[in-house]
Amino acid sequence: MTKAVFQLEPLTCPTCVKKIETALTNQDGVDMVKVLFNSSKVKAEFDEKVVEHGELETIIEKLGYTVKGTKVS
Amino acid sequence: MQLFINRYKNQITLISFILIVSAFLIGGDFKNIALILATVVAGVPIALKAYQALKMKAFSIELLVTIAVIGALFIQEFVESAVVTFLFMFGDYLEGRTLEKTRSSLKELVDMAPQEATVIRNGVHETIPAEEVNQGERLIVHAGGKIPVDGEIIAGEASINEAAITGESIPVRKKMKDAVFSGTIVDSGYVELIAEKVGDDTTFAKIIELVEEAQESKSKTEKFLNKFAAIYTPGVVGLSLLVYLLTRDLHIAITFLVIACPGALVIGAPVSNVVGIGNGAKHGILIKGGEAMDNFSKVDTVVFDKTGTLTKGKPEVTDYHVFGTEDPEELFKDIARAELISEHHLGRTIVQAAKKRGLDISGDVDEGEVIKGNGIRATVDGRLFVIGNRKLMEKENIAITQEIENVAVDREKQGNTAIFVAVEGEIKAIISIADEIRDDAKEAISEMRQNGVKKIMMLTGDNEYTARLVAEKLGLDAYDAELLPEDKVEYVKRLKDEGHVVAMAGDGVNDAPAIATADIGVAMGEGGTDISMETADVVLMADQLKQFSHAFSLSKASMRNMKQNIWIAVGTVVLLLIGVLNGTVHLASGMFIHEASVLVVILNGMRLMAFKRDKKKLKNSGTLETDEVVL
Repeated sequence: MTKAVFQLEPLTCPTCVKKIETALTNQDGVDMVKVLFNSSKVKAEFDEKVVEHGELETIIEKLGYTVKGTKVS
Repeated sequence: MQLFINRYKNQITLISFILIVSAFLIGGDFKNIALILATVVAGVPIALKAYQALKMKAFSIELLVTIAVIGALFIQEFVESAVVTFLFMFGDYLEGRTLEKTRSSLKELVDMAPQEATVIRNGVHETIPAEEVNQGERLIVHAGGKIPVDGEIIAGEASINEAAITGESIPVRKKMKDAVFSGTIVDSGYVELIAEKVGDDTTFAKIIELVEEAQESKSKTEKFLNKFAAIYTPGVVGLSLLVYLLTRDLHIAITFLVIACPGALVIGAPVSNVVGIGNGAKHGILIKGGEAMDNFSKVDTVVFDKTGTLTKGKPEVTDYHVFGTEDPEELFKDIARAELISEHHLGRTIVQAAKKRGLDISGDVDEGEVIKGNGIRATVDGRLFVIGNRKLMEKENIAITQEIENVAVDREKQGNTAIFVAVEGEIKAIISIADEIRDDAKEAISEMRQNGVKKIMMLTGDNEYTARLVAEKLGLDAYDAELLPEDKVEYVKRLKDEGHVVAMAGDGVNDAPAIATADIGVAMGEGGTDISMETADVVLMADQLKQFSHAFSLSKASMRNMKQNIWIAVGTVVLLLIGVLNGTVHLASGMFIHEASVLVVILNGMRLMAFKRDKKKLKNSGTLETDEVVL
């Protein structure tokens, strides 16, 4: 199981949280998603064999949020 | 598309503004075209967001606005549709800007994170990014530099500013073998250290993570508001339909739709918590979430542990009384060897005292057992040592003669803890240990009383006499002595059953069960031990009692602030609705007031950023507490 933290540009609307959470949870291989509204971070646990963190980044970007940095551990 | 809109949101808002202004300046046929254009330019991003949220089965405020704008276009109210979309976008922009400000205290903290480190590899100094330091590596930090890891000093001496961890900016002197923390700054001097915790494992990184999580965790009020909004938003659509059916006036129905948006309500409560928690973090106080904040503000009874909480927790051996003929030096050596198995601070004090006297206390203890809250039993060089309090002596059927009892009571009356030492079933010595009351204890307690705490009491495992002395000196309402950790839990439970909202403050390790039982557990951080950071609701990183009263008044202020925000939000909506129904408020002006109310709640929340304890009051009571109380 891989953990990644994506730093986004400041989130302003509380509905963004739900959008990102739903979109990522629906992705195969993703186990856990948590969006930190106030620090504008997305924490995700996923199976790197099924989905790469780059793909998750693309999903977030497609929803309209710029990913400023990614930390994978 | 969405990314494009997000990136150029400000430009889109500006274009819509220019279109609206030019519509009025040029007028004529151009007016309506420009207004429709403005509506479309600003309306598309709103509609898109509404659609995306709807796909996730969420009713958003954007949806209400979109419906209203379409309705306005339908009845050819182009001015209103243009102004509403513009105001919504502009409000969103202002919200973003001000929300960023509310998060600035945490950002300041994050910015304190060390960027680079100088490591010594094979005798060569190398500068590398802080996260690339490995555990066990040797580092060097000069004056003005930031310590990049948690570690132990192995050479040099420095005064270090630990504000990043404790919120306290007066530098602390650190030398060989002292622990230093990532994020702290070497003020003067220089140190070499060995990295013990690096990257995300450092205390500093953990604080940041805790604060981030705390700001996210919602209070009951917030949870209620969120649920409320989820029912309320679709409800408003239904209600405005009803209004239309009743009045047959589409204009009023649309206005109603926009005005009833719960914007300020949804933003108002979290803002107060986020700013409040951020303020705490800057002062070295970790408050773990909105729920903790809420409960803390309601506390009417505070229970303190004595040792390490009301007192400094740095006890010293003040007297050593030997009965009989044994060589005091040799006996003390054996006592200290037995106490090596003890984790208790009194045991450690004895060991330290032996080391200070230069006694050799190496050598294994044959058999040892810690009797929690009472003392120890250990066999040293074939002799059975029972060391601990009165209860332990009773339990072991060791007789305390009148002579011994007199000595013990005499020492206890002077504020000492008397520790009985029995060798092979006979008491051979009494060791007296005393601890000083914290300088800021009295001040902090009087501040808490001013802030509405009704009962302040103390629970301790220490003896009756010492407990009474401390309680009298500090003017506490009640105390209970000679308690075991589980007795403290029972005591806290009983207080809760009596209907009190109880805060329990302790040192996090011994008192962890009682801290977990209380409505609000407060741990004195001592630079942040892992256990205290996990079990407590509030952690005081600088290990100071005045932080306790700051935390308490902060929680009260935050809750007050949140209530104000809710009233502002609800009040605005009610007034606007009345205005709509009697025809004095129109779509555009209603939208304007609505957006303004959102900004007002954010700005109101931001006042908490500057929240401080009353400095003047502090000075006055501070001068009262000049004489050092020795216990």
